[in-house]
Amino acid sequence: MTGAECTAEAMKQINPDVVAAYPITPQTNIMHSFSQFVADGIVDTDLVTVESEHSAMSACVGASASGARAMTATSANGLALMWEIVYIAASTRLPIVMNVVNRALSAPINIHCDHSDSMGCRDTGWIQIYSENGEEAYENTIMGVRIGEHKDVLLPVMVCQDGFITSHSVETVELLNDEIVKSFVGEHTGHYPLLDVDKPVTYGPLDLFDYYFEHKRQQVLAMENAKRVIREIFDEFGQITGKHYDFFEGYKLEDAEKVIVCANSSAGTIRVVVDELREKGEKVGLLKMRVFRPWLNDMIVEKLGKIKAVAVLDRSDSFGAFGGPLFSEIRSSFHEVKEKPNIIDYIYGLGGRELDIIQIKKVFNELEQVKNGNVGDRVRYLGVRE
Amino acid sequence: MSKEIFEIRFHGRGGQGAKTAAALLAEAAIEQGKYVQSFPEYGAERQGAPVKAFTRISEKPIYLHSGVTNPNVVVVVDQTLLKSIPVTEGLDETGLLIVNTNDTAESVKNMVGFNGKIIIIDATKIALEELGRAITNTAMLGAVEKATNIVDFEALKSHMLKHFEYHLGKDLAEKNVNAFERAYNEVKV
Repeated sequence: MTGAECTAEAMKQINPDVVAAYPITPQTNIMHSFSQFVADGIVDTDLVTVESEHSAMSACVGASASGARAMTATSANGLALMWEIVYIAASTRLPIVMNVVNRALSAPINIHCDHSDSMGCRDTGWIQIYSENGEEAYENTIMGVRIGEHKDVLLPVMVCQDGFITSHSVETVELLNDEIVKSFVGEHTGHYPLLDVDKPVTYGPLDLFDYYFEHKRQQVLAMENAKRVIREIFDEFGQITGKHYDFFEGYKLEDAEKVIVCANSSAGTIRVVVDELREKGEKVGLLKMRVFRPWLNDMIVEKLGKIKAVAVLDRSDSFGAFGGPLFSEIRSSFHEVKEKPNIIDYIYGLGGRELDIIQIKKVFNELEQVKNGNVGDRVRYLGVRE
Repeated sequence: MSKEIFEIRFHGRGGQGAKTAAALLAEAAIEQGKYVQSFPEYGAERQGAPVKAFTRISEKPIYLHSGVTNPNVVVVVDQTLLKSIPVTEGLDETGLLIVNTNDTAESVKNMVGFNGKIIIIDATKIALEELGRAITNTAMLGAVEKATNIVDFEALKSHMLKHFEYHLGKDLAEKNVNAFERAYNEVKV
């Protein structure tokens, strides 16, 4: 099945109370498949088709505040249009799960993969989990429900997968059976639901210089708690599936000297190159980022601290900043650390530009210079004509 | 390295079912316990525009997520593409070119300058006779199956039937399977 179908399958098994979505482009096959489940009566979800993504997230906010388990999916400019309410969902501490199919933002108009959409939301207060393939998008969605709804977290969760490369690609996937997922996600009762008329509450009131700051501080603490909760949920999921996930997942890192860090589907292609170069005796490795928010500073240092040369692959740019978002984060993590790798950044793959094996080999090749202390340009562009 | 992975590239026009053909092959292979990938290459295609679709099949998990650049087999679903698209790009001479044409293999060879093996099938004729429409993907899959035997014949046939029954109903499903079988039997490999 495709990545989009995998995600719809996860939603089917979760059987959320409410799904609100804008049903037209840039919506993906996630909603196409899920709405079929609704029409066929396989789920009893109330599917609300709205007139814009802004309304889709607004409906999710309303549903979640009233105590429902609410989900949605979007992509690219759809997410951009949602932005105002995306921020409100996190600030109102509503554990909505949203699947984002990562695609480039206009202009110029483009429908293909890059991470500009979700990276543009990095400071909205959502937990962000990235997926290498459809199977991971499926699993991350299921785990995302538990992570967001945990009483110490109560934050919305964005599960990301690469547009087209993952969302439209048919791959072999292993799914869990319905009962396992149902018991894993459990019942959602809501925290302080609006519809509990015996205990009336207010959501989203005016909150000026008296308490707004404290509420923001609590959001920070919730993200802090999420670090523990995500690990617990990963462990619990691992006990069921035998697959043990982490915030950052290394591949052949133990004695590696040159390492590439990336997110989503590129990790698979890089793994193939790592295997090939390892056969030739090159000490290369890969670090795949699964969780971007919350960011685990210490773990990045632990995983990469002994590596000599690191290339970060950013599939989005941060205009006017020094490098892409992933690079900035990693570089900042190492600021106080004495022994650290030479770290460079590659912006790549914007608007769906292909990342092929030749480009990845080029990166490892250039890391040889970096390893020897000849760092050169810290921020580079991969696969672009200039 | 990637030759542990069997790779096929389909060239067609939007609406001819190249994407579906690539997916059907992959899905049938899944049912035989293989690891697969199948994906289309989209532009902002509309009906009639040239499209590409890919299938990867392997005994081992496939991690590669880049495009198919050196396929084992190229399938041209629409012969008008031979003139406008470099269909043999990345196909070396040990590879196989399967073309829907009412012309000869010799003439295809001269047109595309490919020195490897060329298999021809008049899938349009078969599709018109079996389906009443020039949607040639299932007939082309018959030729692909005969030439490569990449998945089990019966598995592909039954998967195809199931797929089209769900999407198009029993009648068209059976007609598609007829087109598939007829091409399988008629193609000379």
